[in-house]
Amino acid sequence: MKYLDEFSDPDLAQRLLQEIQATVTQPWAIMEICGGQTHTIIRNGIDQLLPEGVELIHGPGCPVCVTPLETIDRALAIAARPDVIFCSFGDMVRVPGSSTDLFRIKSEGGDIRIVYSPLDAVKLAQANPDKQVVFFGIGFETTAPANAMTVTMAKRLGLTNFSLLVSHVLVPPAIRAILDSPNRRVQGFLAAGHVCTVMGMGEYVPIVEEYQVPIVVTGFEPLDVLEGIRRVLVQLEEGRAELENAYPRAVTAAGNAAAQAVVADVFTTCDRAWRGIGTIPASGWRLSDAYTDFDAELRFDVTDIHAEESPLCRSGEVLQGLIKPNQCGAFGKECTPRMPLGAPMVSSEGACAAYYQFRRIDTAVSA
Amino acid sequence: MNDPTGHLDLENWSCPLPLRDYPTIVMGHGGGGRLSAELIEHLFLPAFSGTVNDIPLNQLGDAAVLEAGGARLAFSTDSYVVRPRFFPGGNIGDLAVNGTINDVSMTGARPFALSVGMVLEEGMRIDELGVIAEAMGAAARRAGVSIVTGDTKVVDAGNGDGVYINTAGIGLIPAGIDLGPHRVRPGDAIIVSGAIGMHGIAVMSVREGLEFGSEIVTDSAPLNGLVDSLLAAGIEVHMMRDPTRGGVAATLNEIAKTSGTGMRIVERDVPVPDDVRAACGFLGLDPLYVANEGKLVAFVAAHDTERALDIMRAHEFGSGATLIGHVVEEHPGVVVAKTGIGGTRVVDLPLAEQLPRIC
Repeated sequence: MKYLDEFSDPDLAQRLLQEIQATVTQPWAIMEICGGQTHTIIRNGIDQLLPEGVELIHGPGCPVCVTPLETIDRALAIAARPDVIFCSFGDMVRVPGSSTDLFRIKSEGGDIRIVYSPLDAVKLAQANPDKQVVFFGIGFETTAPANAMTVTMAKRLGLTNFSLLVSHVLVPPAIRAILDSPNRRVQGFLAAGHVCTVMGMGEYVPIVEEYQVPIVVTGFEPLDVLEGIRRVLVQLEEGRAELENAYPRAVTAAGNAAAQAVVADVFTTCDRAWRGIGTIPASGWRLSDAYTDFDAELRFDVTDIHAEESPLCRSGEVLQGLIKPNQCGAFGKECTPRMPLGAPMVSSEGACAAYYQFRRIDTAVSA
Repeated sequence: MNDPTGHLDLENWSCPLPLRDYPTIVMGHGGGGRLSAELIEHLFLPAFSGTVNDIPLNQLGDAAVLEAGGARLAFSTDSYVVRPRFFPGGNIGDLAVNGTINDVSMTGARPFALSVGMVLEEGMRIDELGVIAEAMGAAARRAGVSIVTGDTKVVDAGNGDGVYINTAGIGLIPAGIDLGPHRVRPGDAIIVSGAIGMHGIAVMSVREGLEFGSEIVTDSAPLNGLVDSLLAAGIEVHMMRDPTRGGVAATLNEIAKTSGTGMRIVERDVPVPDDVRAACGFLGLDPLYVANEGKLVAFVAAHDTERALDIMRAHEFGSGATLIGHVVEEHPGVVVAKTGIGGTRVVDLPLAEQLPRIC
């Protein structure tokens, strides 16, 4: 099938792996930012195919994983209200809060809907004027335009029963935070292709210059990821630090101007807490002042809900690449996909769950 | 085997405090994954103890095998609550008939009789019920199985979802046939009877109002004829299972665990139609975990692999039969896939139903 088969062709993958093998002369640590890329890497066993010494560190790019416990508790409080239809992306539904999750609230009578497009939530608000419809708007820059459009659409339709629970996070401040860490191990980045589809590449130019670190904008199919890794390694071996685009079929330097415009209208930059990492300055978006009427946290008065994360959970170190998931003492014991302590064990894109599911044994399949 | 998790025994993990985290039933308890298994193990089996054969959980198949008057019978029941009731290629009626026929057939039995229990909601349209009943009759006639007894109940409006159907089926196991996990052994070929993922995607496309270009139709079909032709030809089949809820991944995991063997499959060899793959890619689902209603996975002695494939491919419901992997001695209880680009991954038992990913 065009566009799926082409980018997972085993012969081309082998050729790229050979080129990588021929390029590498010393150990390197590369971080893939995006959870979608982590998924591709683990699901295809890419990390096992790389030369020894090339380490992939799974970055904080799973939006489900980095959404703070506090925000989830607020979501759960809203979702439990009898007057609310609570809409969410699918993999957010199983993320545990301090004492419950959306599945359990659904089983106790809560009206929880999984939607595929945020705009479906607006349609639900139109169809259910006697209910409050809330959409859980999480994600990176990729999901922001569609989430923003729910609000512009609700405003245009004059809907007073729609609101957005926003927990948007941004990639460039996270990269800076990782590079500023005194324990920094990362030497090069695969930037998230779909984030750049929206935002373009401009934000990464100063990071490359300031930190002298290679950043390669990378796609999501197996060959995309291998090509991104190859380009970072070539730069590292040659002592270069440049911004490259290895995903030109989706990313342009300027990005999507229309999407950027709607995001700029609806959201404004704010400090944001990242689960397991802490608060990173100017690393998120909240609704801008013109749209506070659509802010679910204000509408349902849940800003007083605060939460403490489990002291056993070392997801912050996992998300910063300081330890591998199985180096956490709780991994596979107190913390499993069945009973997750931290969000990276919950989402299939989370680094801990990916380790648990796909890497529980280290088997080499003889061809 | 090098276990990076060290001393942990993740394969045999079970909840030490039964059902502790969900005091109420959640949808996942019916999803066929770990939550379902825990409900059976910790609640139903202890409660039914002394009335059942006290068969350990890990020996429970989709159908029970009973001895009566010198004959060996297979007996199975299943309830159908699918929403929507109508989907591309079928409806809840033919699904309820085919599903139970298949559960009985997987023991090697020839199903001959079905019961039908209907739970109808007040307000359900009679003409719609007629279409469903017609589909049930047609499916039973096609499979050569009689519907011999039934029951009808009506619940108040709002207390049902139009119609729920329970079917139970009984079949006779021919002399000399003994299929089950105890017969699966390293070296066995793992064969699927055709393209996977069609039923789950067909239902989801209607339920969620998604369109994927060409319409994906359910593969719902009776498999008793296909099973019969394999056994009649004397193929050394060790076990069969229809990969419904949880898909091929759940089936392989269950059999790996109950038989104490490992499974290795080659992902590229698993037959997934292009449109199913596209839909799964769009939704962030893995086709190995998507439900099928007219496919079986057969474990066949290695020396009979080619003959088994030929016989299956000659049959209407086995034309896409494909060898997808082998049973191995290594990593007992674990299913490993060779990935498209030559890496490896563990194919785990799903916790509950798959959820679409955010991006």
